Amino acid sequence: MTYVGNKADLKVVGTRPVRPDGVDKVTGRATFGADFNLPGQLVGKVLRSPHPHARIIKIDASRALALTGVKAVISAEDLPNIASEEAFVGEGPMNFRDLSRNCMARDKVLYEGHAVAALAATTEAIANAALALIDVTYEVLPFVIDVNEAMQPGAPLLDDNMYTANVEPKPTAPSNIAKRVHFKKGDVAAGFAKADVIVSGTYNTEAVHQAYIEPHAALATANADGQCTIWASSQGHFMIRAYVAKLLGIEIANLRVIPAEIGGGFGGKTVVYLEPLALALAQKSGRPVKMVMSREEVFRASGPTSGASMDVKIGATKDGIITAISSEMRFQAGAFPGSPVQPACMCAFAMYDLENVEVTGYDVISNRPKVAAYRAPGAPIGSFASESAIDELADKLGMDPIVLRQKNAVNQGSKTHYGVTFPEIGYEQVLAATKAHPHWSAPLGPNQGRGVATGFWFNIGGESSAAVHINEDGSVSVATGSPDIGGSRASMAMMAAEVLGIPVDNVRAIVADTASIGFTHVTGGSRVTYATGMATVQAAQNVVADLKKRAAMIWDISPDAVDWKDGEAVPAGANAGGFDPLPLAAIALKAGRTGGPIGSEVSVNAQGAGPGFGAHICDVEVDPETGYVTVLRYTAVQDVGRAIHPSYVEGQIQGGAVQGIGWALNEEYIYNAKGSMDNAGFLDYRVPVASDLPMIDAVLVEVPNPRHPFGLRGVGEVPIVPPLAAVANAVSHAIGIRMHDLPLSPPTICAAIDAKG
Amino acid sequence: MSALSYAAPSTVQDAIGLLSGAKGIAKVMSGGTDLLVQMKMGRLKADLIVDTKKLPGIFGITESAGVFTIGAATSGAQLGEHEGLKAAWPGVVEAANLIGSTQVQGRASLAGNLCNASPAADSVPAMIAAGAVAVIVGPNGQREAPVETIVVGPGRTSLAKDEFILQFRLPARPARSSDAYLRFIPRTEMDIAVVGCGVSVTLDAQGVCTAARVALGAVAPTQVLVTAAANALIGHTLDTATLAAVDAAARAACNPITDKRGTIDFRIKIAGVLARRAAKIAYDRAGARA
Amino acid sequence: MSKHHVTATINGEPAEFLCETENTLLDALRDQLRLTGTKEGCGSGDCGACSVIVDGRLVCSCLMLAVEAEGKTIQTIEGIADGEKLHPVQQKFLEHAALQCGFCTPGFLVAAKALLDRNPDPTETEVRYWLAGNLCRCTGYDKIIRAVLDTAAEMRANA
Repeated sequence: MTYVGNKADLKVVGTRPVRPDGVDKVTGRATFGADFNLPGQLVGKVLRSPHPHARIIKIDASRALALTGVKAVISAEDLPNIASEEAFVGEGPMNFRDLSRNCMARDKVLYEGHAVAALAATTEAIANAALALIDVTYEVLPFVIDVNEAMQPGAPLLDDNMYTANVEPKPTAPSNIAKRVHFKKGDVAAGFAKADVIVSGTYNTEAVHQAYIEPHAALATANADGQCTIWASSQGHFMIRAYVAKLLGIEIANLRVIPAEIGGGFGGKTVVYLEPLALALAQKSGRPVKMVMSREEVFRASGPTSGASMDVKIGATKDGIITAISSEMRFQAGAFPGSPVQPACMCAFAMYDLENVEVTGYDVISNRPKVAAYRAPGAPIGSFASESAIDELADKLGMDPIVLRQKNAVNQGSKTHYGVTFPEIGYEQVLAATKAHPHWSAPLGPNQGRGVATGFWFNIGGESSAAVHINEDGSVSVATGSPDIGGSRASMAMMAAEVLGIPVDNVRAIVADTASIGFTHVTGGSRVTYATGMATVQAAQNVVADLKKRAAMIWDISPDAVDWKDGEAVPAGANAGGFDPLPLAAIALKAGRTGGPIGSEVSVNAQGAGPGFGAHICDVEVDPETGYVTVLRYTAVQDVGRAIHPSYVEGQIQGGAVQGIGWALNEEYIYNAKGSMDNAGFLDYRVPVASDLPMIDAVLVEVPNPRHPFGLRGVGEVPIVPPLAAVANAVSHAIGIRMHDLPLSPPTICAAIDAKG
Repeated sequence: MSALSYAAPSTVQDAIGLLSGAKGIAKVMSGGTDLLVQMKMGRLKADLIVDTKKLPGIFGITESAGVFTIGAATSGAQLGEHEGLKAAWPGVVEAANLIGSTQVQGRASLAGNLCNASPAADSVPAMIAAGAVAVIVGPNGQREAPVETIVVGPGRTSLAKDEFILQFRLPARPARSSDAYLRFIPRTEMDIAVVGCGVSVTLDAQGVCTAARVALGAVAPTQVLVTAAANALIGHTLDTATLAAVDAAARAACNPITDKRGTIDFRIKIAGVLARRAAKIAYDRAGARA
Repeated sequence: MSKHHVTATINGEPAEFLCETENTLLDALRDQLRLTGTKEGCGSGDCGACSVIVDGRLVCSCLMLAVEAEGKTIQTIEGIADGEKLHPVQQKFLEHAALQCGFCTPGFLVAAKALLDRNPDPTETEVRYWLAGNLCRCTGYDKIIRAVLDTAAEMRANA
């Protein structure tokens, strides 16, 4: 059953109903991670390293344990020592050894804020007082923060056994370079030889945080029989189950994870921090333990994404055909390997149909918190470099930057530099819509500039489970394993309603816990509406088939002679018999007499996610005396395949664009000379506020993905890819100086203007 | 468990007595928007909080013969709603209204902003430029001191342990007199001033400045009263040469640091820019109050 | 040091609780009174997720001591609706899809209500500046601003 070709026939998909969980969320009733409580629960707190790099000589908790009300203290010695093992449950590959040591430092602390010990006490005040009574003896070690410095021979080493992977021959000395990635297509030297124009430059970005407003929170219990439960907000309760079970050596069936509402994640809640500690403390104390991070802990100890230093060189003929691209990307991974340098190397140039391209990436550890996924991991960073360089090329060629992109755009059948050949994609349609948008030709005033940039994300599918149940009265329940981070209950209910041919208000969708639905991968990578949606659609289709069978039974005709139309069973034709339509509710009422409850659970490993492309136009005005940037107008165009709930699709695009604007203008991790983060709070980690912004015009282009019943593509990641370069290109045009370094904060812009004189 | 005491006295004498008799660290609280953050972040460990908000005279705005008296704990929101004060002292009100968010405006006060003794406090350069006087109460009675004498260094004031500010006074305004405050922040809201500048001027009928005060914030350990910038204004209309002189005088008065909010060079440059721009607004406002 | 006994009016009902001096109003609402609709996003007055209305003034409940609530009239997100009838701004947030994760939403709604209580016809700029102390990381603010402006228009039409 496919609906791709007939949008006009869709009754629910493409409409804008109120989301099923909406009223809970506007009345304060929705329960987020920190809103759960259990009788007798203790307050858990983490003791964190004040040093960016130090050997742990001794941890003495005797004074803390002597304090009345302190029930348990743990450090790495109380947790299993996990061997190196690669897993893929979160939003990127994860080494369990690193994950374990990130949750609780073993032998060495590798960044300021690294957990050293944790404790549980009867009150918050006692817990805080007890933290100060844990005596840790450190041997302070030299540290390194900057990625380029960390790559130098002689830099302080975080891991004496790290030899750069994927380098032949194997390096003879350890370094902070965990891995090299390399993509090559064609002959770059020959390509540059054919170029009439070459641009090259080095681009730098700073580490930025996902900055979800809800701090991490977890509540754990451990029963005497070994059965454990965790309540937590995350992007994947099955991820929590998998990671915590592994880290603490618990059989998976003995660990149930109940998803709380999640107050934003953007990739940052695809890993565990507090959950294993809360459960270990619960095991040790025999009491439920609740742990909530402070905002400062969120900044110091949970995943930001990488800062990077990147070289890009592009050659083109004078009529704008790109002949070669070469690039090197050096990414901060934080204290353990795992930066998104590989997807950065892939996404940065995926918009261009290239003959000759060579991209090398380095995954580099330094004394910073371990990076976590952040919306289209790596792509915004790499694309800042590539899309700035393309803009500079357009300037040099005197060519409209959209026309330059159109001349080199990938299309169906284009083979990327990383080896994939694109299926049906909508990049050309996006470029055409962007060029045709009135914004592109609107006049600009003095000190104003316009920038355009494009972006790509793979979009992914993967493992998802969904159940659709017909209730006795004909209403419908949908349960999935995907935490609802931005309206997925609505899209699941809508897709089920569409297949069942009933009003969406008759369908209620929930997020089921790990014991109540099949395994479901994290909410991330723009996969949920696609993959969990596919499971939901298939389950609904199974239910329709069953409903037809039940009607056939009631009518005593062959199931083949029954059609399903607008929520009713109808005879397939005149020969099937002259029966009145049987509405879903009527069949549900008789389910007990036709075979019992009607429902279906489907687990899929969805393939065929449609690649996503977007293009953003940004207008800015720069105060030439202060370097202050005002974003005047912003338009974001994106191929969304097909919008299930257009309001939430627009919302994803608007939100992604604004995160990107923040990244471009003011967000950054600022380190002082002691290797300590200087701005671990919302006061000086400057996310955009409402008064900083104009409305964000989200333009939906719909090039359906034929591999999904409704033609949809993931939408959440793409919109954060173009803004960094779109803003930087706008600023560069406004001041007449090519800007290479983010953030484009006023002192940076002022310095550039003053240097030019 | 808790060692922290709280008192909300209803007389000034009781408040002074509590402060005089306190063992350990006693903190005077009005809006609390800085104090609570410092306690939460562990930067301050107090033993006693004396909440001033029940004291007579601590809230409200009154005018007598052109002199405004402002209760020390009067919130920014209340200042912004007082049409008379806004007309007479638009610079003071706009500075006070820049402190924090709408939510913070519901609580934050002039006394708190001043006694928190941050070099970046928004209301302080405007109050200094305005020639505001703090009415201080203590065991020896009441005394008055110019606002610029209160802060002596980051986090430090000239108030004794058992003194606090009860009210502020703004002097009577002559005709053709007004003020302005500008600050520079990287966003539109929610940031601490990278540089702040308050300017108050009085003009004659020809638009020539007859009196001026200029104060800068966030460019030195305390707010700076820039007499040279004021002197550059006095005797002049706001022509190009005067603007350049004000800019230069403001820059010369800076002794800033490089930190997470700005560099030395940037702060010095912006001080000059803001001094010029604030002077322009103050002149325009003064000219409109003929 | 014994705990403070505090009596206040919360969402129209008399309420009492015990607190330590260092407890904030936010702590008391969430931990003592179980009014967990008010959220903690930063604890330093920078995010607005804990916004409540105290004696008619919008404040961050994390920046007010619980003991200061004595005798005050406090409105939280749980008291914005009239029983089961949503306040117009709650309804408009739903219709405009002005929330994604929903964590910042209670703070925005309380702040927006405080704005509309005193300014029935705000401009877009006034709405944006009034709400600048409420951080939202999901929506880019676009639909929130539209929802508040539309609420104001509807309330004026029905006034």
